[in-house]
Amino acid sequence: MIDQWEARMILRRAAGIATANVDGLLLAMLVLPLGIGVTVLYSASNESMARVSGQLINIAVAFAVMWLAAKVPPNHLMRVALPAYLFGLALLAGVALFGEVANGARRWLNIGITRIQPSELMKIAVPMMLAWFFHRFEDHRRVYHYALAAIILALPVGLIVRQPDLGTAILIAASGFYVLFLAGLSWRVIGGLALVALAAGPLVWNVMHDYQRQRILTLLDPSQDPLGAGYHTIQSTIAVGSGGLAGKGWLNGTQTHLDFLPERTTDFIFAVYSEEFGLIGNVILVVLFLALIGRGMIITANAPNTFSRLLAGAVTLGFFTYAFVNMGMVSGILPVVGVPLPLISYGGTSLVTVCLGFGILMSIHTHRKLVQT
Amino acid sequence: MPVAEIPNPHQEIHRFRGRLLVAALVVSALFLVLVGRFVHLQVLQHAHYDTLAESNRIAIAPVVPNRGLILDRNGVELARNYSAYTLEITPAKVRNLDALIDELATVVDIAPKDRKRFRKLIDESKNFESLPIRNRLSDEEVARFSVNRYRFPGVEIKARLFRQYPYRDLTAHIIGYIGRINSKDVEALEASGQSANYRGTDHMGKMGLEQSYESRLHGTTGFEQVEVDAGGRAVRTLSRTPPVSGDNLVLSLDLKLQEIAWQAFGERRGALVAIEPNSGAVLAFVSKPGFDPNLFVDGIDPQSWDALNKSIDRPMTNRALQGQYPPGSTFKPFMALAGLALGKRNARYTISDPGYFTLPGLSHQYRDWKKGGHGAVDLHRSLVISCDTYYYGLAADLGIDAIHDYIGQFGLGEKTGIDLPGEMSGILPSSRWKMRRFRQKWFAGDTVSVGIGQGYNIATPLQLAHATAALAANGKVYRPRMVSHIEEAASRTLKPVGSELVRSIAIKPEHLQQVRAALVDVTRPGGTAAQAGKGAPYSFAGKTGTAQVVAMKQGESYNESRVPERHRDHAWFIAYAPAENPTIALVVLVENGGHGSSAAAPIARTVLDYWLLGKLPDGAQPKSNVNEEPSD
Repeated sequence: MIDQWEARMILRRAAGIATANVDGLLLAMLVLPLGIGVTVLYSASNESMARVSGQLINIAVAFAVMWLAAKVPPNHLMRVALPAYLFGLALLAGVALFGEVANGARRWLNIGITRIQPSELMKIAVPMMLAWFFHRFEDHRRVYHYALAAIILALPVGLIVRQPDLGTAILIAASGFYVLFLAGLSWRVIGGLALVALAAGPLVWNVMHDYQRQRILTLLDPSQDPLGAGYHTIQSTIAVGSGGLAGKGWLNGTQTHLDFLPERTTDFIFAVYSEEFGLIGNVILVVLFLALIGRGMIITANAPNTFSRLLAGAVTLGFFTYAFVNMGMVSGILPVVGVPLPLISYGGTSLVTVCLGFGILMSIHTHRKLVQT
Repeated sequence: MPVAEIPNPHQEIHRFRGRLLVAALVVSALFLVLVGRFVHLQVLQHAHYDTLAESNRIAIAPVVPNRGLILDRNGVELARNYSAYTLEITPAKVRNLDALIDELATVVDIAPKDRKRFRKLIDESKNFESLPIRNRLSDEEVARFSVNRYRFPGVEIKARLFRQYPYRDLTAHIIGYIGRINSKDVEALEASGQSANYRGTDHMGKMGLEQSYESRLHGTTGFEQVEVDAGGRAVRTLSRTPPVSGDNLVLSLDLKLQEIAWQAFGERRGALVAIEPNSGAVLAFVSKPGFDPNLFVDGIDPQSWDALNKSIDRPMTNRALQGQYPPGSTFKPFMALAGLALGKRNARYTISDPGYFTLPGLSHQYRDWKKGGHGAVDLHRSLVISCDTYYYGLAADLGIDAIHDYIGQFGLGEKTGIDLPGEMSGILPSSRWKMRRFRQKWFAGDTVSVGIGQGYNIATPLQLAHATAALAANGKVYRPRMVSHIEEAASRTLKPVGSELVRSIAIKPEHLQQVRAALVDVTRPGGTAAQAGKGAPYSFAGKTGTAQVVAMKQGESYNESRVPERHRDHAWFIAYAPAENPTIALVVLVENGGHGSSAAAPIARTVLDYWLLGKLPDGAQPKSNVNEEPSD
């Protein structure tokens, strides 16, 4: 027989296990954008409850992943960094050799049970690997270590560029660069890289795929091809601009509900939000994202060791990059690359990746005392 | 892994936090850029993008008005509308047109004829226009296509009003037809500022009354503001300005009379125009053969077009309006009036006809149609027996310019101004005309044959009917017109189109009386049309005529049976009745018919019998030419 006291103790202990390692503040900050996302999704999907419940399931799965990730101490993560990276690289090589072609790009690998997109895995594995690398050599860091790190980064990025998936490659390159930057890559090298990038522009242009060139040309002048490549940008810019200060109101976006917006539940959901909630809504969302990033930076600043500092910083800045690239593309200042808006766009993969990152942040935050002692 | 000693943890952390601060600043700066962009789009440029979103959303859809009907004087519909389904393809939305049409042919019947016609439409069309590949789909075909619709992007079924001409060739040369608007029409519409009113309209009048009354028949296009989605489908109507239908035309034409006249020609080619002398109203207007105007409404297929164009019978030529023939002896009554009015002849003046005429001092003989001549001929007899010699002399006495000036008053040599497009003006020659036309002086010899309606003299059947009507109306010249009333759609009122008096020719009553009495005797025993006038319970005036097709050489004689059919003379007959108070004036032309008396006059008699007595021609009831089935 369990008496009342015992039952209460068991419950309290269970609650303790459940809530341990979960950063309440970060969780609270996630709930608001996710709520906004579901609300906008309802409108963007023309009031489809199926879409909404599908996204709620995605959120549940992502939260479970986050919860689990928060429980894994950073030391354990450090141990899986190298194997995860090598495994991911092997999968990418597998994609290049045996991958399935969809929409003109070789991005998927059929592993019998399901198809996977190894580049998603690399969004976390690459910064983890680099963080581990700099952690491993932190006491005798030399310039060639940065060169090695650059190679570690270049291998997966190169493979992903070849798929071709320029958007994902840029995002992974960015998260890798964040690790290098935070690890102390000298300003001179950064400046030099910027110069090289400028000089290499024409060269890159030559090796780019036609569709990639088209996107850049389209960004410069969307009206050149209003029914083709420019259509997305033109229509999403119209949606954002016509939203005005306060928006047209929930479910009242004409661009949205009359089918003018393409991919409005996924990559272009921000246009729907912008049209229906206007500048006020946009600023609220930007502030919410800034708060999340700020919380991530505080966690980063307080992280106990090099690995967790670099990983936390890369995850936080990576999140910023997704949000910025997506909103920039929807509002017509960046080329159209297939990047969903984190926490808002419909889709499980992106949500799980983002929440995995936040789970790692929670883990780093809640395990910091453990490491320091 | 050994827990490594951090050489200088504080310095390391300090540097790291410095980097993190830089990152935080960059993040803030970039978000600020983003917010700046939002402010730019949503506040500064809001009005612009709002307009763009609205114009995305709202389309102005034209609502095409119903085209006005064309009715005969008794309300019989000569041009009408019916609604049916068409299968239309927008070529710009289709990648492989041939493959698509092959595929379509498995669902609905598409004949080779339809394909050819479609090809022709593509060549003539504007871009982004949907063009019909099949008209008048059956309900079954509509259902079959609808089920398979998803297979055919760029193909759709449209319900449309179609124009139909139930009397086909019988009224083709009057009504004309509508056809698809081509790029030339678009230019013309733009030039006249009409293009807005033709948005959504894809047909307009191309011939006949359909063309000349286009502005009345078309109506006013209405507009609908509709909310559309990205696919261009209308979601809902926001506002609507209804169209105003085109006006209905009521003709003075009597379809029954038209039909009787048409049938009186039998298989022969020719024209007949019947006019009410005291108003100019056209009662019958035949040009035979005709054609089926329904073929043109949605683009004629090249085969039928070739057949019509290359036919030796020239069915597309409106003989009554555009056929120009020497008037022959039908010119003589007008010559007689000229002679009397200008004092060159009087009723008692008599010549002795040797069977030919020579100009003083010249040897060339102008022959009378009767070898050996008619003996003593005065004005009355000259008309009754149609003496050529009398008129050779009269013409020479009058001189060409006097003939031109006097007879010109009857409307010969100029367009009558009928409300049909494409009228020809004929030629009533004068010395000025010859100088202008050939840069040549007029010779006295030219005048002689003009006196019997030959030489340079040519006229359309309509012109002769018009002149005959003026004679019947004692010199009152009314502009001939097809339309007697316009039923205005906007006010739903029937408005008469008044008759228009062009001029009154001052003719002395006794002169008129002398000529008209002679013309009555033409249809009585002893006259050239005695056969046609036999047993008529009313008196009617007439004049036969024969127009040479091939000029005879001097000394050669005309033998009808030896001349190829197409080289035989054209037969004329002009008439009006009742002679005392005419209610109808008409002209009959039978191409290559030979003599006016035998070929043309009986047709006139048949028409007069029906008009004045309600008497149907001997033999069968008039077979109805009506085709109740819509045709394509």
